[in-house]
Formats: sequence, C-alpha cells, structure tokens
Amino acid sequence: MSTYDEALPPVPQAQEPPGWDDSEAIDAIPLRHWGRWVSAAIILFVLFALLWSLWHNPRVDISYVIQTLTAPFVLRGVVVTIELTIIAMVIGVAGGVALAVMRLSPNPVLKAVAWGYIWFFRGTPILVQIIFWGFAGSLYPTIFLGLPFTGIVFGHAATGRLYGAFVAAILALGLNEAAYAAELVRAGIISVDKGQYEAAHSLGMSGGLTMRLVVLPQAMRVIIPPMGNETISMLKTTALVSVISGTDLMTNVQQAYAQNFKTIPLLLVASIWYLAMTSVMSVGQYYLERHYGRGFGLKETEAAEKRAQRRAKRAVTESKGRPNSGRG
Amino acid sequence: MSEMSQNSAVLANVPQPAGTKPMVEARKIWKSFGKLQVLKGVDLTVMPQQTYVLLGPSGGGKSTLLRCINHLEEIDRGRLFVDGELMGYRQHGGKLYEMKLKDIARQREKIGMVFQRFNLFPHMTAVENVMAAPRKVQREDRDAAEREAERLLGQVGLADKLDFYPAQLSGGQQQRVAIARALAMHPKLMLFDEPTSALDPELVGEVLDVMKNLAKGGMTMVVVTHEIGFAKEVADGVALLDGGVVVESGPPNECLVNPREERTKLFLSKVLA
Repeated sequence: MSTYDEALPPVPQAQEPPGWDDSEAIDAIPLRHWGRWVSAAIILFVLFALLWSLWHNPRVDISYVIQTLTAPFVLRGVVVTIELTIIAMVIGVAGGVALAVMRLSPNPVLKAVAWGYIWFFRGTPILVQIIFWGFAGSLYPTIFLGLPFTGIVFGHAATGRLYGAFVAAILALGLNEAAYAAELVRAGIISVDKGQYEAAHSLGMSGGLTMRLVVLPQAMRVIIPPMGNETISMLKTTALVSVISGTDLMTNVQQAYAQNFKTIPLLLVASIWYLAMTSVMSVGQYYLERHYGRGFGLKETEAAEKRAQRRAKRAVTESKGRPNSGRG
Repeated sequence: MSEMSQNSAVLANVPQPAGTKPMVEARKIWKSFGKLQVLKGVDLTVMPQQTYVLLGPSGGGKSTLLRCINHLEEIDRGRLFVDGELMGYRQHGGKLYEMKLKDIARQREKIGMVFQRFNLFPHMTAVENVMAAPRKVQREDRDAAEREAERLLGQVGLADKLDFYPAQLSGGQQQRVAIARALAMHPKLMLFDEPTSALDPELVGEVLDVMKNLAKGGMTMVVVTHEIGFAKEVADGVALLDGGVVVESGPPNECLVNPREERTKLFLSKVLA
C-alpha cells in the first residue's frame, strides 16, 4: 500500500489557507420549500371550511352522531363486523394457501379442482354470492347426514336451525376470499428462488416439509402487504351482507335510518367506525410484516437476539451443573 | 491424505479394504435438456473416503453430472448408484419403478450438497439453517440439534456468527454455513457444485480450507470446481468433462501435471493463465 502511495505524484499542497474552517461539517441554510407551505395551508383551510359547515349544519345533527357512536345497536354491529372479517379471512387465507399449493402441484386433478374453484368464485360478483348463500336455505329446507342415493340417514335438521344469516355471510365472504387469496399466495410461492427447493430437497426434506418450513415463510414476506389490503377490503365488503340482514354494522345502521330517516348522520357513524377499524388493522399489518421480514428487514436481529439470550441462559444453567430444562 | 495422493499413481491404488463398494457408481449416464445432449454416456466411480474433482469448461456437463448423483436431475439413460442404492428408482422383476418423492428424500438424506449460490434459507439464522433438517427430517431433539449445529459452525470457524442471518454474512461465511448445514445430516457423501465460483477472490481460501479439512477427515466428496490448486492438493482423482464426455481422468499428478489429451492441456493452459 505504502509503495503504491509513493509511486503517485506528490499532491500539490495548498499555498493559502482555505476560506472556511475545514474542521467543521457544512452548516448551510436549508432550501426553503415555499410551495409546500402554501399548498398545505390551502388544503387545511378547505378541510376546515368543510368540517365547519358540517358541524354547524343542523341536518347533520352532530350531537346525534356522537351519541349514536356508542349506541348498543351500533356496538353490536361492530362486533359482528369484526367477527365476520376475522372468520372470513381465516377461511380465506387457509383456503387460499390450500388452493395455491394445489394449483402449483404436479397432480393434474388437484390443479384442475383449484383452477375451477378460482374460476367460479372470482368470476361471479360477491353480491350475487352473498344473496345466493343467503337464500341457499330455501334450496334445501332440510339437511340430511347420510349416504347419498342409499336412503341411509343418520340424522336430519331443518336448515333454518343450522344456517342463519351469519353462517351464510361467512360462507359467502370466506369462499370468495379464498379464490382471491389463492392468487396472492401463488404469486408469493412463485417468488421464492428455485435454489431454495433444491437446498431443501438435498437436505432430505419432502415436498410438504419444504413448503411449510422453507417456501411459505419466505412467500409470506411477499404475501403479507397485499393480504393486509385484502383484510381491509374484506372489512368493508362485510357491509354487503346487509342485503341478507347479516346483523353487521351496516345492517343495523340501515335498519335504524329506515325508521328515523337520519340517513347521513348514521352513515357518518358507520364511516367513523369503519375508519377506526381499518386504522387499527394497518398497525397490525406493520407488526406482521416485521415478523415475516426476518432476515430481510431492519429488525433482522430481534429473533436472533432471543436465541442468543436463550443460549446464554443455557450456558449459565449448565455451568451450575443443574439438569437442562430444555425449551427455554 | 497428501501422502496418500502422492502414493496413488493409479486411482485403484488408493488403499481400500477388499470388497469395498464404491460410494458413487455412475454407469453410462445420458442426460439431455430438450434437444441439448448434456451428458453422453459418462462413467464415474468414487470410492469411499475419496475426493473426486470434476473439471471442465462451462456447459461441459460437470454440474449436471453432479446434480444427477442426488437425483436433482433425472437421467435419461444409464444407472446411478450411491452407496449401492439405485438413485430415484426401484428395481423389481427386471422393471424400473419411479420412486415417490418421499423415498427420494430419504435417499438424499445421506448426500450433502453445497451450491454455487449457497442457497441458505434467508429467514433463518446460521444456527437455524444448520439445525432445521436434523430437527424436522431426522426428528432430533431441539437441544441436541442445536448443540450439534453449534459444534459444526465452530468447526467451519463461525462460532461467533451463530445468530446471524445470511444477509449479515459475507459470501465465504455463507458458504461455510452451507457446508455445516449439509454436514449436519451426517452424510456419507458430499457434493460441491462450484462452491467458490460466486465468491470474492479473497474469500475463496476460507471455503477451500474447510473443504480440505473435510477431505483429510475422510469424507467422500465429489467437487465441481475450477480451483486446480485444490484438485492437486487433495483430490484422489480428477476427470475433465467436455461436450458431455469424460475427456481424461486419473490421479491429479498425472492428469493435471502431464495430461495425455490435447483438450486437457488446452483447458489447463487457459485456467492456469
């Protein structure tokens, strides 16, 4: 290194001292962005004017909105909406993973079944599916448990007893979501490098184990952002089950304004709740993304730190000669 | 081992107890990708505890041959045995039956493989990468698997990197984790597919050192590489593949020092230039 330096021509020395203190970092006056300040002021003013006019509009009836936000029928609707969203998404994601794996499997039967399912449920409007499931009870007034075409019956029940609007709503939303989730999961699986399969296979992992241990955790990183989007979308789609009286937030609000005609205030109430719920979800999505970003993101040492701590603890336990408690 | 390779004027002279079966026996292997014939009747025999180096220009078929050994590629013709077992097929009544993926996976358990691009699992730390297969495939207890993983990572000089993710490691460190990961399954045979080709030149040495130690420790290895120095130092046999055939094979101090074939001379002059 030194010989290389010596070979270079001598650096010309500055004859005069520079006109600045070269021991300090640059301390310049930042560029002013006047346009941003002006546009922000205009937007704030318009927003303020809009809110002010709403607040002082007697027909909006702000006090009714505030009072109704926590009315029992609204809260009951919120709970049902959350339940519908969670259960439908669980069915959707589980079904989606299964369908995606089926579509990518070498088994032509599984492939065709998955393709047909996605084709049907993605190709018909969700509103049609909701109404269909809502009225499916009238298609089969009694449900039998038995062997078809043999007359052997273990038991039967009136459809209405097993199958209310809530179950119909869950079926409609969950089965529809599975078709969409399948495509997201498939995209995630395809994004995983082929070398990962080869590495897993050469370690003696079977197809299922490779999928579960190696491919899906990596696919999740790609899947989570659009799946968060799907969940938020699902929360709002639940409003559609009001057409079969799904007892969700929208159903209850609709029934209320059908009686008291306070349509806009009640829609405001619903909107505030929907906004609040989707906001909470965005926070949840952030933590999920961070979890599945292991090894990729900024927080990559967090899980590793836990393991290191566990190892340190084990070393202490062992040095004391106590039997190892195992899972620490 | 170095004395041994000097003694082994001929491959068969590597001391083997009488009746020892070859670890790898490839007979007349043919393989094509579409219209491209990659392997044209290649033979390869590797005895236990031998290190065999496959050399040759890109597209010569050496990586493909290596990948056929653990059935990552299916062969078109010929027979391939590892430790006496026919790879990928069951022979019954003079007919071959394709194996289930599960049974192929069981065959692969005893064959470790190291890739050019490392292929570490990016969502697992070094120690998790190494212990994943022993835990999930061989159903080892977590603590036992973790201890073994720590020991192996120590062996490849990474005792201080246990809880690092692959993205936090240099190429040479990643490749050493990959070697430890393969060793964790206690393989009878290790395959290396250009293990140093994706590395910065200054990191090649640390990976080669680990491989040399393995070879000296008696591991059976088949190595695809361009590292002639490595081949000279530790190989018991080398083979030069070009155009899907073995151009020349034999002990390194013949093939690499006084090659018979013009093709080998040409290849060596280019690689060593």
